Amino acid sequence: MAAAIFSLFIFVVALLIGTSSASSSGLQILQAERQIELTSHIVRVYLTLKIENTEDAPATEVLLAFPPTQFDHLALVKAAVTVGKKRKKSYVPLEAKPTERPDAPNGTKYHSVSLLKPLAKGETTNLEILYILTQSLEPFPEEIAQSDPQLVYYHDSAIILSPYHIAHQATMIKTPSNNVESFTQVDPAHRSGSELRYGPYEGHGPYSYSPIIVHFENNHPFAVVEELEREIEISHWGSVQVTESYKLAHAGAKHKGAFSRVEYQSRPGGSGVSSFKHLLAVLPPRVHSVYYRDEIGNISTSRLRTNSKKTELLIEPRYPLFGGWKATFLIGYGVPLKDFLFESAPGARYLNYTFGCSIADTVVDKLTIKVVLPEGSKDPSVEVPFAVKQSLEKKYSYLDVIGRTVVVLEKRNVVPEHHVPFQVHYKFNPLFMLAEPLMLASTFFLLFAASVVYLHIDLSIRKKC
Amino acid sequence: MAAQETSQSATFRHAFGNVLSFTVLLLIGVMAFSIRLFSVIKYESVIHEFDPYFNYRVTQFLTKSGVYDFWNWFDDRTWYPLGRVIGGTVYPGLTLTAGTLWRILNSINIPLSVETVCVFTAPVFSAFASWATYLLTKEIKGAGAGLTAAALLAMVPSYISRSVAGSYDNEAVAIFALIFTFYLYIKTLNTGSLFYATLNAIAYFYMVCSWGGYTFIINLIPMHVLLCIVTGRYSPRLYIAYAPLVVLGTLLAALVPVVGFNAVMTSEHFASFLVFIIIHVVALVYYIKGILTPQMFKVAVTLVVSVGMVLCVAVLAVLIALVASSPTKGWSGRSLSLLDPTYASKYIPIIASVSEHQPPTWPSYFMDINVLAFLVPAGIIACFLPLSDASSFAVLYIVTSVYFSGVMVRLMLVLAPAACIMSGIALSEAFDVLTRSIKFHLVGTTQNPQDNARDATKVNQNDVKSEKSEDTVKERPSRKSKKKDKENIEKPSLVSRVEKRLLVLPLETSVMAVFLLVLLGAFYVVHCVWAAAEAYSAPSIVLTSRSHDGLHVFDDFREAYAWLSHNTEVDDKVSKSKRSDSFALKTPTDVSGISFIASTHYPLILFEVLNLAVLGLVQRNKLIGLLAAAILVQVASWWDYGYQTTAMANRTVIVDNNTWNNTHIATVGTAMSSPEKAAWDIFNSLDVKYVLVVFGGLVGYPSDDINKFLWMVRIGGGVFPHIKEPDYLRDGQYRIDSQATPTMLNSLMYKLSYFRFVETDGRGYDRVRNTEIGKKHFKLTHFEEVFTTHHWMVRIYKLKSPKNRIRGKTKRSKSKSGTSTSSKRSTRKKNPWQ
Repeated sequence: MAAAIFSLFIFVVALLIGTSSASSSGLQILQAERQIELTSHIVRVYLTLKIENTEDAPATEVLLAFPPTQFDHLALVKAAVTVGKKRKKSYVPLEAKPTERPDAPNGTKYHSVSLLKPLAKGETTNLEILYILTQSLEPFPEEIAQSDPQLVYYHDSAIILSPYHIAHQATMIKTPSNNVESFTQVDPAHRSGSELRYGPYEGHGPYSYSPIIVHFENNHPFAVVEELEREIEISHWGSVQVTESYKLAHAGAKHKGAFSRVEYQSRPGGSGVSSFKHLLAVLPPRVHSVYYRDEIGNISTSRLRTNSKKTELLIEPRYPLFGGWKATFLIGYGVPLKDFLFESAPGARYLNYTFGCSIADTVVDKLTIKVVLPEGSKDPSVEVPFAVKQSLEKKYSYLDVIGRTVVVLEKRNVVPEHHVPFQVHYKFNPLFMLAEPLMLASTFFLLFAASVVYLHIDLSIRKKC
Repeated sequence: MAAQETSQSATFRHAFGNVLSFTVLLLIGVMAFSIRLFSVIKYESVIHEFDPYFNYRVTQFLTKSGVYDFWNWFDDRTWYPLGRVIGGTVYPGLTLTAGTLWRILNSINIPLSVETVCVFTAPVFSAFASWATYLLTKEIKGAGAGLTAAALLAMVPSYISRSVAGSYDNEAVAIFALIFTFYLYIKTLNTGSLFYATLNAIAYFYMVCSWGGYTFIINLIPMHVLLCIVTGRYSPRLYIAYAPLVVLGTLLAALVPVVGFNAVMTSEHFASFLVFIIIHVVALVYYIKGILTPQMFKVAVTLVVSVGMVLCVAVLAVLIALVASSPTKGWSGRSLSLLDPTYASKYIPIIASVSEHQPPTWPSYFMDINVLAFLVPAGIIACFLPLSDASSFAVLYIVTSVYFSGVMVRLMLVLAPAACIMSGIALSEAFDVLTRSIKFHLVGTTQNPQDNARDATKVNQNDVKSEKSEDTVKERPSRKSKKKDKENIEKPSLVSRVEKRLLVLPLETSVMAVFLLVLLGAFYVVHCVWAAAEAYSAPSIVLTSRSHDGLHVFDDFREAYAWLSHNTEVDDKVSKSKRSDSFALKTPTDVSGISFIASTHYPLILFEVLNLAVLGLVQRNKLIGLLAAAILVQVASWWDYGYQTTAMANRTVIVDNNTWNNTHIATVGTAMSSPEKAAWDIFNSLDVKYVLVVFGGLVGYPSDDINKFLWMVRIGGGVFPHIKEPDYLRDGQYRIDSQATPTMLNSLMYKLSYFRFVETDGRGYDRVRNTEIGKKHFKLTHFEEVFTTHHWMVRIYKLKSPKNRIRGKTKRSKSKSGTSTSSKRSTRKKNPWQ
């Protein structure tokens, strides 16, 4: 721990030394406000930047800098520009994508945000940025007993890391409760209740950095889906079958020592506060044949609530999950085909389904979505609003002859904000639907024909008398 | 012309009859399958109970690794540190059947999971079994009796109890194999065809693959052959039916690894060889009689008999000496307890502790075969009218199976098909007679005015009919022996005679009797459906209880197994790294190499699940079965839970339901009966990490470990004399309240079961024993509670590691024990990767 802090310190010193040479761009940030939400195990950072171009050349993009440790845990970066005055303020989303810079000091990583229109000299613009970090809360102590609360560290910088000069800045950190063990003092910094305020700081040069550690209590269930495989199987006979297999873990402080059922049952509030017993899965409306099981059979503890807008499935793993405990399970359901499959052109169809994981408020480390297209479909193509790894597979299901095309999408580090629709386009001839019934019918026909022939044939050498 | 017409209408009726029987058979098959689905509908599609979990695990291995790896499979997950050679110690029939089914389905792209195939194997084979019953009974008494017997068998509760969906056990396929083997034997006997004799040997081979009960076949058939010879019914057909079966069957049986040389070396098979010799002697006698003149024959007989007697006495003496020299007289314990029902309880507590090895009670007959019990005597009488080779076999079958079922509850399963066949025959004969007399009366009254000579024509018609049936019989392939034909000639005349006599039955009586019989059948059906739905469909890993506020589900076993499989992480690591070693070493399928690996790896978890079946407490006799102390390598438990723990939690156990090593089970029993420290030492020496106990005191689950505890004491005490049963009893009474003995209150089982139990309700009231527990507040020094399920039914404890104790003490104990365990531990600690 100490070593880590020390190295961070060195890093900062190096950054401060390197600052003067690095400000190559002519942009400067007039006002920066950052709000860090640490209420759950997903860290959400809202950044409001007021940017001015000080050079002649118009600027087309704005760089956001991240220290390398943070960059690895970055699940999502969203940027928007504010348009209009106070009353008619609206947000126009901008494109943000990771970029590399040759002159990045100490391995700093960037996302570049392309502006709607180039920023001429002297003009200012307001950017709203949201980025989400996962696995950035480090439990300390690493192991806790059943009755202990869960304490975590959060590492960041009091000063916003940026390749630009920042004139004015302030950082607000929101913790889930008033129980903050300690936080690094970088004057002016103070705490009121569950809010920590760093700043305002004036006039920091590019790549300024000042590490802080916040040590606080966070009993939010650290539900992490280590692996999720969703299989979406399209049947043109009228339904889409979805199977989701989860590998769930509690990623918080590890459970240490005994687990006492007496304590857990008799003091629900005081014992195992960071553990969780149930999860909420949000399924599409009009689902049918929902099941919830694992490799050794049905799990009887679940509750299904349906209404016209959505279906909620409250699932309880077989046992409460304490830090470090794991569970695997499977959720499956069918939804009507007409809700998700549409015809774009004659013979061409597309599936419109939600990306991400059904369980609310979780992080998925590795998500694999497999869209199983009906047998005989051609030319699959995928539209996803963010970068995913794509590949194709073949799958043989009930009575298949040529196999079904499976579109495989893989993405790491998925957060609830990734729950957006994606589309899979393909071409399909409805005649293929008849292939299997015809095959079965002809098999039975041949069987009966063969038995008729057999009954009427006489293979004996001698005639019966 | 008229004759042609009648023959045409007869063919039409014949065809119609065939189609009708086919449809009825199909429906019977559907019924046999669907009546067994209650468990899936009421609960879920899941493997039941204990043994099926083992079979399921073996099937999984088979489908994953192929049949050759299966034969050589050395399982290091059970019986730690000994391991078990699965390929050579299981009856592979069931596994191979389900594996083949799975393979076929998958090859035509029907991707059913192995579990699904396993769950539905038993219902599918019960449909086969009812068809086989049809064939067998048809050979004995004709198609009508066959259909009735098939319908009865499709829903006989005794068989349902072993073959509901999910009950993936040997008996599920073995009953089919048993009936089918009998069918082929009778078929061969009736036709004298070598083709059927060969099929018979193959069916026998399948039976040997499937179930240890094959010894029933190989003793019953020789008995029947002997009976035939003694009663002067010897014929070449008998020879064809028997000799190939013994030769081919024994050769094939020896191919099954688990049987091997037992097929010629154990007493169970001797009867067949003896009869084999006798039938040859008899055949020779008949042959010689044929070629010699009567005077010469007499001389030869006296000569041979005198010489033969001397030889026989000599051979018998040698045989008896050989058999007597072996301690069990060449008989295995289970077979001995068949002959002497008190044998097991006297000598082998581990066999006695299994409830299904107990003699049944009268109610269990009524429960399991219901009205069939009353129909069987009628069936036996029907078999004597007239007595044929086939029907004498049926009589012999029912008589022997009644005896065996009286010895062991489990063998009720063998009785069930016999009872169905007999009842089928009885019902069919009764209906035959009654409906015929009704028909006669009806025809007589309606056509009375027409002609008085009607009766005469009727009789004539009967004659014509019987002739015709004779003709049709003759038309069949000439394989039919002369004797059969003779019988056929005899039979019609007999039938017509009987007919004439029985026609006297008055109309009202017949109608009434038919009505009563139908009522009886209806009662049987109602009972069977009730038994299938209520009594025999619970999977026993999930328990349910109905109370005023709805259905309660107790899924604690799977909760514990799931927890174990996901959260015993340290062992996972160890077993993983070691597993890669074992793969490297496995290639030369060297058993010694593998056992070496098995003994060095898995610092396993011992689940102490001590599950002793307490006979009186478990309502369902079939449940009472398991005697194995399931101790996972590092998971120690009483053997009942061994199969489930390996299959569901994928952890190594110390003992399981395959009770092959009594000492090992006794070690676990001793540990459970010992005080904490001594138990810790035993478990630690076995590399146990976790101990698992089943506790029903909170919710009132009666078959928990405390109730089985006395068996643990008995089995443990049988090997380790310092455990004495009286120490655990106060005045001969088993109690756990304040009157209990200190030995009892300090035993590990007591402590693990009741640890912190008093905190639930403040006084520690045990709902199974209906008493307050004796010792309420105590602490555990060497064990640590790591998991308890929601209803407290399974409690898992971890052995505290020795380093937590005082340094000097640890050192001393280490040097004292000096076992491989401690040295292993220390080397492990040095490993930087751990």
